[in-house]
Amino acid sequence: MSETTTATREPRVEEARDSLDALDVLESEAIHIIREVVAEFERPVLLFSGGKDSVLVLHLAAKAFWPGRVPFPVLHVDTGHNFPEVIAFRDETVARLGIRLVVASVQDYLDDGRLRERADGTRNPLQTLPLLDAIASGRHDAVFGGARRDEDKARAKERILSLRDEFGQWDPRNQRPELWDLYNGRHTVGQHVRAFPISNWTELDVWRYIEREGIALPPLYYAHEREVYRRDGMWRAVSAVSPPRAAELVERRTVRYRTVGDMSCTGAVESAAASVAEVVREVATSTLTERGATRADDRISEAAMEDRKKDGYF
Amino acid sequence: MSTTLFRFATAGSVDDGKSTLVGRLLHDSKAILADQLESVARTSAERGFGGEPGAIDFALLTDGLRAEREQGITIDVAYRYFSTGRRSFILADCPGHVQYTRNMVTGAATADAVVVLVDARKGVLEQTRRHLAVVQLLRVPHVIVAVNKIDLQGYDQGAFNAVATDVTALTRELGLTEAHVIPVSALAGDNIVERSVNTPWYDGPALLELLESLPSLDELESELEALRMPVQLVIRPQGAVAHDVGDPGSFRDYRAFAGRIASGTVRVGDAVQVFPGGATTTVTGIDAGRVTLDAASAPQSVSLRLADELDAARGAVIAASGSLPAPRRELEASVFQLDPRPLTPGARVLVKTGTATVQALVTAVHGRRDLTTLGLDAAERLEANDIGQVSLKLSAELPVEAYADHRRAGAFLVIHPQDGATLAAAIVTQPVA
Repeated sequence: MSETTTATREPRVEEARDSLDALDVLESEAIHIIREVVAEFERPVLLFSGGKDSVLVLHLAAKAFWPGRVPFPVLHVDTGHNFPEVIAFRDETVARLGIRLVVASVQDYLDDGRLRERADGTRNPLQTLPLLDAIASGRHDAVFGGARRDEDKARAKERILSLRDEFGQWDPRNQRPELWDLYNGRHTVGQHVRAFPISNWTELDVWRYIEREGIALPPLYYAHEREVYRRDGMWRAVSAVSPPRAAELVERRTVRYRTVGDMSCTGAVESAAASVAEVVREVATSTLTERGATRADDRISEAAMEDRKKDGYF
Repeated sequence: MSTTLFRFATAGSVDDGKSTLVGRLLHDSKAILADQLESVARTSAERGFGGEPGAIDFALLTDGLRAEREQGITIDVAYRYFSTGRRSFILADCPGHVQYTRNMVTGAATADAVVVLVDARKGVLEQTRRHLAVVQLLRVPHVIVAVNKIDLQGYDQGAFNAVATDVTALTRELGLTEAHVIPVSALAGDNIVERSVNTPWYDGPALLELLESLPSLDELESELEALRMPVQLVIRPQGAVAHDVGDPGSFRDYRAFAGRIASGTVRVGDAVQVFPGGATTTVTGIDAGRVTLDAASAPQSVSLRLADELDAARGAVIAASGSLPAPRRELEASVFQLDPRPLTPGARVLVKTGTATVQALVTAVHGRRDLTTLGLDAAERLEANDIGQVSLKLSAELPVEAYADHRRAGAFLVIHPQDGATLAAAIVTQPVA
């Protein structure tokens, strides 16, 4: 696998430019936010799943501090149902960048009874408790996430710096005003802040930037053949944690993933887009949102994301 | 510097049709995807919206919180994204209720333009005046007043003109130089994306045409102004270099000042001055990650290498040589009070501007803006949603400037020193010399 950062390219000198495109402005905004949080907080951490949005935030952090190292560790809340390719990518990335990875394991919580498996089998909502415990035990006062406002209507309401109480709760009716590019991260003991540097990026912005910067991603973002079956209008991968039911017909299809989450609730889309350029074209003409197309957990109710966020979810 | 990114906010009184306008804009610019539309259509039908099958309540697209959908109101800003062939837009759909004006201020602070809706049947309301006063306070570069529900007035030119006359008088009184007034129907789609055949007497642009053509804040400002870059932090990797630097030894003495350029342009070889202290030095390098630049402009995030070892840390400001303003400890400011706890003389607060945060004392409250007369009434305290004039004394000197001259050097937050709440948004007004 190639490199996550621009390591394959030699340092280069760029001529003065007379215009900045939307990606340049979004990049500059994200780097500004990342630096503000590092400057003002004691112990930041980045939620890193190996998914494209968290890979993007890590890439931006590497740029923000270059030639220094990324000055914070990464935290992965592992549901135990992650795609093996993504876990491999995660491990390889942190090893290469020389940063520390902390894994909070949902499986551990299930094994010792702190959590119980849900009837519907999805483990995404179970991530909240291990996440909050990991934030508390790491004494993290700032938690970076790759959430974007265009993903969901509750996330569309989120501040760039979002204050959380000791229960990690989001209070959407009483958010701190956020003015200009002056981010107020002051908080009291027990509170922490979630920071979303790519709040203003769309899915298409993310892909265009991945193309422009040559950022590597787990292979399942690109078209590949896989054993799948149809459920809830999505293609679900055949795996130990997501077996087909008797009536569900298993087929071999060329698919790719638009989001990479828990295998038990993430669906694939049929796609022939095998390269980043092809994905950019596909996303630009898509008629479905990425979560609508691929996330069963967001279909539970109209306010599924809002309810999870209020409970301390990312 | 020109950019293809444009930020705008919608404002106006409750029920003037903001969320419907936003839904219409997203729908007609094809930014709403099938699954979103389906979910909104389903909810619209469940609630019996419009009575006819297939009618869509566009407001459901932006009201993202359960409490908002239940009450049919907007509580907090919703950010939406769409693009046309010419621009990418970030849209902040702001609440209209007076109690949530703080959230409207949040949405408007970063906007290149604000679209204020006025109901053609009701005309200018108190909340219209408040929102326009906020727009004036924040000096949002462009003001568009959309006179909505013109369909309910039978597309009558006289009805539009009556409202437009009031709007123009108000914007002139407020000192808003340029306000575009457009007759629209968000529900029917008139003059939103395309000029409507229903208003042949209107010869101006449709709303989207206007949004595609107005210059953004950075286009208006950066070329005219001198360099300012507040230092966020110093990058000094010493042993902890990134994995991809090549020879770590060559970065042993690397030291650069990281920040986002607030205004102007910096070139390698430029003479710069550093606050605090005012020492002058030369820019020897501009880095943006692994890329080395000849020059950079607002709003780029960069790291500047300087010829001399200066004592500069977070809170320092790097400025074009000779352009650094005299640092000040006493400020006159216009403030918008956000917090329900009133701001009173003698209050001890924190002031955050650029990358500096210092203690401050509110030495005087001079008055509050009367939204009807627009004059400054005597007041001893500022309550939530008041716009007022105050004096502050800072615990340390800062190189602040009048906001009218320099947005990023004249904007600050007033913060509660114990609980950290943002009490007020404030701008430095002309110094009383």
